[in-house]
Amino acid sequence: MSAESPAIEVHDLVKIYSGHTAVSKISFTVARGEILGFLGPNGAGKSTTMRILTGYLPATAGQVSVCGVPVASRSDEIKKLIGYMPENNPLPEDMRVSEYLHYRGRLKEIPRRKLAVRLDEVLELCDLTRVRHRIIGKLSKGFRQRVGIAEAILAEPPVIIMDEPTIGLDPHQILIVRDLIASLRGRMTVIISSHILPEIEMTCDRVLIINQGRVVATGTPADLRRKVFGQARYNLEISGDVAAALPATLTAVEPTLHVAETGEPDAAGFRKLTLTSTRDDDLGTALLHSLAADPRFRVRALHRSQPSLEEVFLAATKRGWETLDAPASK
Amino acid sequence: MKHFSTILNHEIRMLLVSSSTYIAAVLFLIVMGFIFSGVLENYSTAAQETSPAAVFFQLFWLPVFFMVPLLTMKCLAEERRLGTLETLLTAPVSTTEVVLGKYFAAYFLYILLWASTGGFFYILHRFADDVRFLDFGPLLGGYLFIAVSGLLYVALGVFASSLSRNQAVAGILAFTLLFGVIIGLRFVSTLEVLNLESMEPLRAAVDYSMVFRHLEDFTRGVVDTRQLLFYLSGSVLALIFSILGVEAKLIHS
Repeated sequence: MSAESPAIEVHDLVKIYSGHTAVSKISFTVARGEILGFLGPNGAGKSTTMRILTGYLPATAGQVSVCGVPVASRSDEIKKLIGYMPENNPLPEDMRVSEYLHYRGRLKEIPRRKLAVRLDEVLELCDLTRVRHRIIGKLSKGFRQRVGIAEAILAEPPVIIMDEPTIGLDPHQILIVRDLIASLRGRMTVIISSHILPEIEMTCDRVLIINQGRVVATGTPADLRRKVFGQARYNLEISGDVAAALPATLTAVEPTLHVAETGEPDAAGFRKLTLTSTRDDDLGTALLHSLAADPRFRVRALHRSQPSLEEVFLAATKRGWETLDAPASK
Repeated sequence: MKHFSTILNHEIRMLLVSSSTYIAAVLFLIVMGFIFSGVLENYSTAAQETSPAAVFFQLFWLPVFFMVPLLTMKCLAEERRLGTLETLLTAPVSTTEVVLGKYFAAYFLYILLWASTGGFFYILHRFADDVRFLDFGPLLGGYLFIAVSGLLYVALGVFASSLSRNQAVAGILAFTLLFGVIIGLRFVSTLEVLNLESMEPLRAAVDYSMVFRHLEDFTRGVVDTRQLLFYLSGSVLALIFSILGVEAKLIHS
């Protein structure tokens, strides 16, 4: 376990469940201290990949290593390096919160003396101190979810894997969980999966989109937007002779800038236009200047539109379908 | 085996705080109390050759059939159904530790329940004021038989639980396995086919594993190492299969 090796290395991972390929040739690396978001539709292979990372399921082929330790051959060591919260966060119904965490702490080989201190710390961190003597089966979903997270970070492992930690929470609880995950940044490597896209966008340093068991896109949320759409988009509300004079003006500002969509004029004569450009840096100021200077146009609004991660996700998973279908049809 | 005691402590604790354990214990004692008073009633009407303890233990299979499945059906099946088996096995513990921890917790409770029937004999001794009623030999032999055979029965129950995620299925399966071992072998031994000369080895094997004969020997004070070996090897085998059962389910899940 050398300090230089990345937290997680996955190389050509394949998992086949009785003839059905759940994961096919996934490769990725996660640096230490990074928060990685796993995105994908249901059945994309997110949970399977996570279970293989924890050593719970054996892989069919490929290499997986955590902190430089190969998972397949040294799964005992892996279990000490990982804090894992499975899908749906299974918890025993008839134990008290502190009892459960104490038991888990003992299983994770935290020395008895340190455990009491660490337990208080984790309960405080996850805002569970009020319910520490309550029975888990009687807690609300938000509390249960936090018990799961507390359990995962209890032993302070270098890698934390959480399968849909925010599923079924209300917005306030999501905020708490998000802050909690963000507070781990830099200290621990975190992998979370989710379909809640704004969630991933706000907490994760990097996003990995998988579909049909393959990685279809990877990068920071900003990277993904660029990669998937390949262009910057501007929304413009303007009145005047749009069809004839506008394209020339746009080309004068930036050669690649052109009108992608034109809307119908509203009551005041303003149209909504979508402009696209391959230039990545902001053209807004230059564009506004030249349009304002031109007496043929009246500009009401101009802003650069940020495609939401949702659009990126839909585009990327759709693209994934196309690339997958292509070799099959040959 | 670092975590064996942690898991064992936890399991025993969970059994002792669960209300179903106490309900089962009370029902068990009621049934056993009826059997015991029935035995005593026989003794009060006519003189009998054997001691009450020997007769009492003759009926050991009755509680075994319902107690063992009830005690063990939950242990692995419930964990699998709730998904907590996943959290348990992704902690630094081995499947062997988990299965053994659960097995010995169930065995502990099984022994505890049987030990509580010792109270009947104490009451008899206290109020009958007759030394003949409390023959220590058969009593000790009987309890020793319960302890030794219990190893196998509880292991069979754990094995049944490792095969299913449904408690009811695990319970029925455990009952069937126990029935096969305790009663089924007796039926097999009466088969005419076994009297053939070519069937001699099979006949010897069936004779060797007759549970009721073991009980008789134990209560007479004969502790045969072959019989001990039968129960010990049987339980080890059942536990190995339970561990394999849990792991095979993971591989083929």
